[in-house]
Amino acid sequence: MTDAPSGPEAGPGRVLLIEDEENIATAIRFVLGRAGWHVAAHHDGTTAPAAVARHAPDVVVLDVMLPGRSGFDVLQEVRRGPHADVPVLMLTAKGQAKDRDRAMALGATRFMTKPFSNAELAEAVRDLAGR
Amino acid sequence: MTLTPNLLVGVCLAYVAALFAIAFYAEGRARRGRPGLRGPLIYTLSLSVYCTAWTFYGAVGYAARSGLEFMTIYLGPTLVLIGWWTLLRKLVRVGRAERVTSIADMISSRFGKSAALGVIVTLLALVGTTPYIALQLQSVTASLAVFAGPEATEARSGALWIAAGLALFTILFGTRRLDVDERHEGIVSAIAVEAVVKLVALLAVGAYVVWGLNGGARAALEAIRVSPVADWTGGPGRWAGLILVSGAAIVCLPRMFHVLVVEAPEERDLATASWAFPLYLLAMCLFVVPIAVTGLRMLPGTNPDLFVLTLPLAGEREGLAMLAFLGGFSSATSMVIVAALALATMLSNHVVMPAWFALRGAGGATISGDVRAVALTARRLAIVAVLGLAWLYYRTTGGTAALASIGLIAFVGLAQVLPALVAALTWKGATRAGAAAGILSGFAIWAWVMLVPVFAGSLVPAGLLAQGPFGVGWLRPEAMFGLAGDPLVVALMLSLGLNATLLCLVSLLTRPTPMEMLQAPRFVDLPVAAPSRDGRAVGPGAQELLVATQRILGADEAQALFAAEARSQGRPGELPATTPALLDRLERRLAGSVGAATAHAMISGLGGGQAVGVEDLIAVADETAQVLETSARLEARTEELRRTTAELREANAALTRLGRQKDAFLGQVSHELRTPMTSIRAFSEILREGGHSEADRARFAGIILDESRRLTRLLDDLLDIGVLESGQVELALEEVTLASVIDRAVTAATSQVDTRLTVTRDPAAEGVALVTDPDRLAQVFINLVANAAKYCDAPAPDLTIRTATRPDGIVVDLIDNGSGIAPADRAVIFQKFARLGDPTAAGGAGLGLAICREVMGRLGGSIDYLAGQGGAAFRLRLPHATPAATELAAE
Repeated sequence: MTDAPSGPEAGPGRVLLIEDEENIATAIRFVLGRAGWHVAAHHDGTTAPAAVARHAPDVVVLDVMLPGRSGFDVLQEVRRGPHADVPVLMLTAKGQAKDRDRAMALGATRFMTKPFSNAELAEAVRDLAGR
Repeated sequence: MTLTPNLLVGVCLAYVAALFAIAFYAEGRARRGRPGLRGPLIYTLSLSVYCTAWTFYGAVGYAARSGLEFMTIYLGPTLVLIGWWTLLRKLVRVGRAERVTSIADMISSRFGKSAALGVIVTLLALVGTTPYIALQLQSVTASLAVFAGPEATEARSGALWIAAGLALFTILFGTRRLDVDERHEGIVSAIAVEAVVKLVALLAVGAYVVWGLNGGARAALEAIRVSPVADWTGGPGRWAGLILVSGAAIVCLPRMFHVLVVEAPEERDLATASWAFPLYLLAMCLFVVPIAVTGLRMLPGTNPDLFVLTLPLAGEREGLAMLAFLGGFSSATSMVIVAALALATMLSNHVVMPAWFALRGAGGATISGDVRAVALTARRLAIVAVLGLAWLYYRTTGGTAALASIGLIAFVGLAQVLPALVAALTWKGATRAGAAAGILSGFAIWAWVMLVPVFAGSLVPAGLLAQGPFGVGWLRPEAMFGLAGDPLVVALMLSLGLNATLLCLVSLLTRPTPMEMLQAPRFVDLPVAAPSRDGRAVGPGAQELLVATQRILGADEAQALFAAEARSQGRPGELPATTPALLDRLERRLAGSVGAATAHAMISGLGGGQAVGVEDLIAVADETAQVLETSARLEARTEELRRTTAELREANAALTRLGRQKDAFLGQVSHELRTPMTSIRAFSEILREGGHSEADRARFAGIILDESRRLTRLLDDLLDIGVLESGQVELALEEVTLASVIDRAVTAATSQVDTRLTVTRDPAAEGVALVTDPDRLAQVFINLVANAAKYCDAPAPDLTIRTATRPDGIVVDLIDNGSGIAPADRAVIFQKFARLGDPTAAGGAGLGLAICREVMGRLGGSIDYLAGQGGAAFRLRLPHATPAATELAAE
């Protein structure tokens, strides 16, 4: 599905990627960018909610383990902010069920465990944007 | 038959042995629950302890010296027994109901259980009675001396043996057990026998004198008529005074109170005694005058006190003399035994036991052990002390006026209790302070006017008495307040007058304490019918019993019990009548819950109308102590349980904490492993798809390689720390220079990474040699140098390595010139996965410093953050030689 044409529904959307691991961020930008997304990357947890407000993205991809503030905190604040209904895809490397439960309880739209397949990621982002 | 002292002593011993046998027999009967030897006759005979050796021998001497005045000694008790019948009956009834143990107990109990009054009366009794006991010892030795002749020293030392023997007898039969009712079957029986012996002896001597020496009653009467003995001497004042004193003695002397009240078996026995005892006294004085008259005529110039003995001896009637001697002996011993017992009871109950309780109380609340045993021991010691004191008094004053005149003086002294005693039974307004003021003032006057003059010239300087203290004439004992006349009458009037006046005045001026108000009606308003448990129902009390029983057994059980009792009595729906059967069953039932003594005290107090005595309270205290001890043990166990629970909870919390730490650690490990895996997988997929530029391919492959290395390093570290923490590290020790280790480390740390870090070292200091595991030590340095290379944020990053050699080891500081580690983070840097700070610094799983700490520990050294150095700084301490045999136990 990675080579799926950018249909009208997939349209030029904007993704905000919040991820502190540089290599992972590079990979995700590459994958989503090739699928036609405008990807903005942000590395820090503390300023992440402000970044969401500034970029007004169609989808947020959010890592849990961030310097400064955890992804859970960021999610909580985003859900209270001006873009409360933005779809959020959470990524975590811890792989524990309680993290998933917590993320969903806090209002994550989807949850993925690292490592993931690029195709799944791209499809998930497209799904979220289509809602 | 010739009477030698040895024979006399032998007869005495046989007589005493017989008394022991009688006492044993009576005790045995009583213990087996037989009706015993008690009864009106025995009771009456036991009252004869009034007739001591002073009466037996001394009445004749008194008559020989002062004529018929001796009769007052018999008239007083007779008048009290007949004329004061009502008050006497009340005294006995109250004494029995309140389970009074002595006259001191009576006074103390009536006036609000005052401990002070108990002590005062006890001391008064001791002062008044001890010389009197000494008098008995003297009479026995003096009578022995009559037989022994001139070598009287032997007889004199006999007093000690007599005192010891009497102490033994009293201890044996007086303190065998701590009776709740203080009755001593053995002693009373022996005294009754002695009463008979002395009466028979005196009557026999009298009969011999009248019919043997005078030739018939008519001749004897004629002899009396012409003799001065038959004269009425002394004024009416002296007669009245003497009758008053001896009348008071019948209730106030400790021994008389003991036989009259404490040992009283049944109240109705007093009715018999009230006519039988005066008859006994009449018989005792029947032949006093003939003996005195005959003695004066036949044995002029000899001691009239011993006519009872010397007349038969003069007539060579040695058997009769022996009987007379035994009579005197009986009089003396019965008095000594009862007096010692009564005094010992007072001393132990009012002086020794309170002191003991006070001392124990101070030592802590956990009283244990048998209080009864202590009480008995105290009483035995008191008996020995009383008799020892009397013997001492006899030794120091024997044969002097101090002893001879002490009989009447003691009577007057003890009569000081009379006002308080009468007020106790008749006047509810009498207060503790009033009683104390009365007794103390009377006691003081008596001591000064009557007791002190006895010792004039010996213990007391004669001048003091002749001129009065401080030269104040009107304070002279002989003419106190200027009152002249018969010294006895003056002393009696003064002491008893002041005593009674102060008692009334102070009582009117003071208010009774609540305890006194509680006690007063029990003594003054005694119901006419004596409380009895002989089968009659006692009306009131069932309600109180039910209330008390409920408190102990609980409402349901108590009501069920009473309902069952009422049904069995044929009165369903009502409260049962408090029959003795009910009381007994109830007492047994309650005893199971609160102990026998407490149950008995409760039931006696509520149902039977009897009071709770000292021994009851002692027994209750003993039981309470046991309960306290048990509950203390339970408390200790509860405390132990609580502690164990706390320890368990703590262990549990520690386990939970460990579990959480393990979870957190696994989460960290998972995160650290999955993060490089994510990059590797993503770029692998990207590369597989193809279509990338050469530069992109090379970049993606480089990332995959870096992340693979990171993964490998992490796995190595994880394994390493696992091994280090488990303690299964094998050290390869060898001697190396520090420089060689640091060389290796710097090369390894800086060659792999593209770094601008420079390392400043001190080659001279690093030349130090040490025994260590060089690979492990190098691992520490590699970590620290690599960290500096990775995290030092200075424009020209530099790491300075300073080495110092000290006697106790080597100190190496590694300091970079970056911005250092924030103080808050310094505490956690040595923990696993405590990766700090910079988001851009990729890799660097937080195991490095944790591993360093483990390694340094294994090498016998340490690693710490070194604050205040500007940049990040670490201090390593190393021993000169790591001990080879270090048992690498986990920390």
